[in-house]
Amino acid sequence: MMSDPGGLALIALLLPAVSFLILAIVAPFRRSGRPAAFTSIIFAAGSLAAAIGAWRGHAEGQVTRLAWEWLPSNGVSIATVGVLADGDSTLMLILVALVAFLVQLYSLEYLHDEPPAALGRYYTYHSLFAFSMMGVVLAPNLLQLFISWELVGLCSFLLIGFWYQKPEAARAAVKAFWTTKAGDVGLLIGIILLWRVTGTFDLGELRTMVTSGAVPIEGLSLITFCIYLGAVGKSAQFPLHTWLPDAMEGPTPVSALIHAATMVTAGVYLLHRTVFLFPPDVLMVVAWIGAFTALLAAVLACVQDDIKRVLAYSTVSQLGYMMAAIGAGFSAAGFFHLLTHGLFKALLFLGAGAVIHAVHSNDLSHMGGLAKKMPQTALVFAIGTLSLAGIPFFGGFLSKEEILGATLAGHQTGPFVLLIVVAFLTAFYMFRVVFLAFFAVRATHASPLHVGAGPAEAGHYDQPHRSDSHHTPHDPPAVMMLPLWVLAALSLAVGVYSTVVGRVLQFGPAAEAGAEHVAPAWLTPAAVGVAIAGIALAWLVYQRRTIDAAKLAAAFGPIRTAALHKFWIDDIYEGILAFALLAFSRIVGWLDRYLVDGVLNVVSAWTVSAGDLLRTVQTGRAQDYVYGVAVGVLILILWIRWALV
Amino acid sequence: MGLQAYLILAATVFCIGLFGVVTRRNTIGILLGIELMLNAVNINLVAFSHFNATATGMIFTLFTICITVSEAAIGLALVILLFRVRRTVMADHLDILKG
Repeated sequence: MMSDPGGLALIALLLPAVSFLILAIVAPFRRSGRPAAFTSIIFAAGSLAAAIGAWRGHAEGQVTRLAWEWLPSNGVSIATVGVLADGDSTLMLILVALVAFLVQLYSLEYLHDEPPAALGRYYTYHSLFAFSMMGVVLAPNLLQLFISWELVGLCSFLLIGFWYQKPEAARAAVKAFWTTKAGDVGLLIGIILLWRVTGTFDLGELRTMVTSGAVPIEGLSLITFCIYLGAVGKSAQFPLHTWLPDAMEGPTPVSALIHAATMVTAGVYLLHRTVFLFPPDVLMVVAWIGAFTALLAAVLACVQDDIKRVLAYSTVSQLGYMMAAIGAGFSAAGFFHLLTHGLFKALLFLGAGAVIHAVHSNDLSHMGGLAKKMPQTALVFAIGTLSLAGIPFFGGFLSKEEILGATLAGHQTGPFVLLIVVAFLTAFYMFRVVFLAFFAVRATHASPLHVGAGPAEAGHYDQPHRSDSHHTPHDPPAVMMLPLWVLAALSLAVGVYSTVVGRVLQFGPAAEAGAEHVAPAWLTPAAVGVAIAGIALAWLVYQRRTIDAAKLAAAFGPIRTAALHKFWIDDIYEGILAFALLAFSRIVGWLDRYLVDGVLNVVSAWTVSAGDLLRTVQTGRAQDYVYGVAVGVLILILWIRWALV
Repeated sequence: MGLQAYLILAATVFCIGLFGVVTRRNTIGILLGIELMLNAVNINLVAFSHFNATATGMIFTLFTICITVSEAAIGLALVILLFRVRRTVMADHLDILKG
């Protein structure tokens, strides 16, 4: 059992569930705060160990299934529950367990000002999230996947709204919930339609059907598009991407775990698991929307002043990258980028959290010159940024290039061009953050760190409990630095290894598909070239100030204005919703007033007039009643006499 | 004279009494009508008792007379109270239960 990958994966899945149940049921223990936090962290560590064991115990190409019958109907079970441990799911399991563990550890210090009850609540949600996310990763069938999928959505809602006293946080939580639900409806419809035509939820059986030629089936484009809709909502693709930047109202570690490394990549993972079903026309839509999302979010990221929002848009942009690779037919490239992105984006978010923790502001204009005061944070943040920019020897280099190569090999020239532009923009906006936050000293701020008076009141600082004030920013304590270093080291290790050796991991289905795609020789220099160009531009604008930032902004006048308004997408949604809701409620109001109430009014009017008619019988005079009684008796007598006898 | 003559007399008296109850405006008149109706019943009882040669009807009649007297006493008391409260004994003015 101990070397069996299926059993270990099951243990990894169940440990956070146990921790969640303990914290959820034993309320006094949960409210005790730090003991509850330690419990959750220890279970997460155990889960990580089990996940690594499952990955190591899993042989090349081996697929382990543990399944139990579920939903019996006439002796046949409609679905199964269990775990599916193969190369991809165990790797993803490690990523989830690792980031969950590191983030929980990091939160211990980051949220040290929280009251014990709130801290316990926070770790309860975290345990539930780890369980749900691993459920998505290990699900052997679509039904179980959907259930876990909804659970992670719930955890995202709860954790974005962790500081529910703040109206913006509560609003952002609701927005995230509803926007992703809009996509989830599509996913549910897709799963049900698929079940109707194939009679199974099971991923393995579906794959067998595809290889045996039972699929393609009628309506497959519609079905897979519905499944894709779920991924659009969860992975913040173009029409439904608006919730992710708002989700930054949650605590920063939550953003690192849920809205960068794991949950938002669930959509990519879903497509990676089901991509064998997708017909080419749907894949083309996936590729184009992915590339377009990447570009849109990259442009938006360039104008943000909130460090977390830059990272949020960057996440949306990178998710677009992954989607584009899947759409090009090389889902393994997307999955590879998912893994590396999970590492360095979690690193960037946690680094940003360290900065926010020190400066007490999210706003880039309140930072500057932090490299001297927080050298370790600056170093790990730079590693994360270089990884994201796709510089050789750093984490994202090969995965990003594989995606670019995948889009070329898949003959998606349009998305390829968009993605090259995005690569430039990514390098630019990330180094804008690095220079503004860590190196450049802003002339306007002689003392940028006047806590209490300026930044904290200025707006978006995301910790409501700020007890300490007036201190120079410094590197966070070890409990926060450790996760940063681990993630930085892993990013570097993956980067160096992949740059030197080539592809790090051989993926089962990927190896087959990816064998044919050989990137042209000019791809690597081109990709690295645009990244370096982006870095250079950021350096000239924000560090050397050779190019005036204001002039650069003016050069992009209309685009900049549009980007500052988030391309009015949120406004359009609000407008449409307000318009549609108002029109609909007018119709409903008319129906209620004139149809429903009308019927009631007519009936009541009839009743009243009938009553008016009848009341005249009641004269109130005793003699009339006597008369009535006498006549009644007379009638009775006559009736008895003539009718009955 | 046979039984029938008595029964016709009783029916006539009953109808006169009923007519009085229904038509009189004065409450005391209504009470008198009720007395007439009760006495019509008494005539019936006595007549049947006589022709069937049993004493039951006679004894029953004695009871009825007693009860009738009591009823008249209560009825008159009610009329007096009614007059005190409403300052009228006219039955057609007493219609506060009119719907």
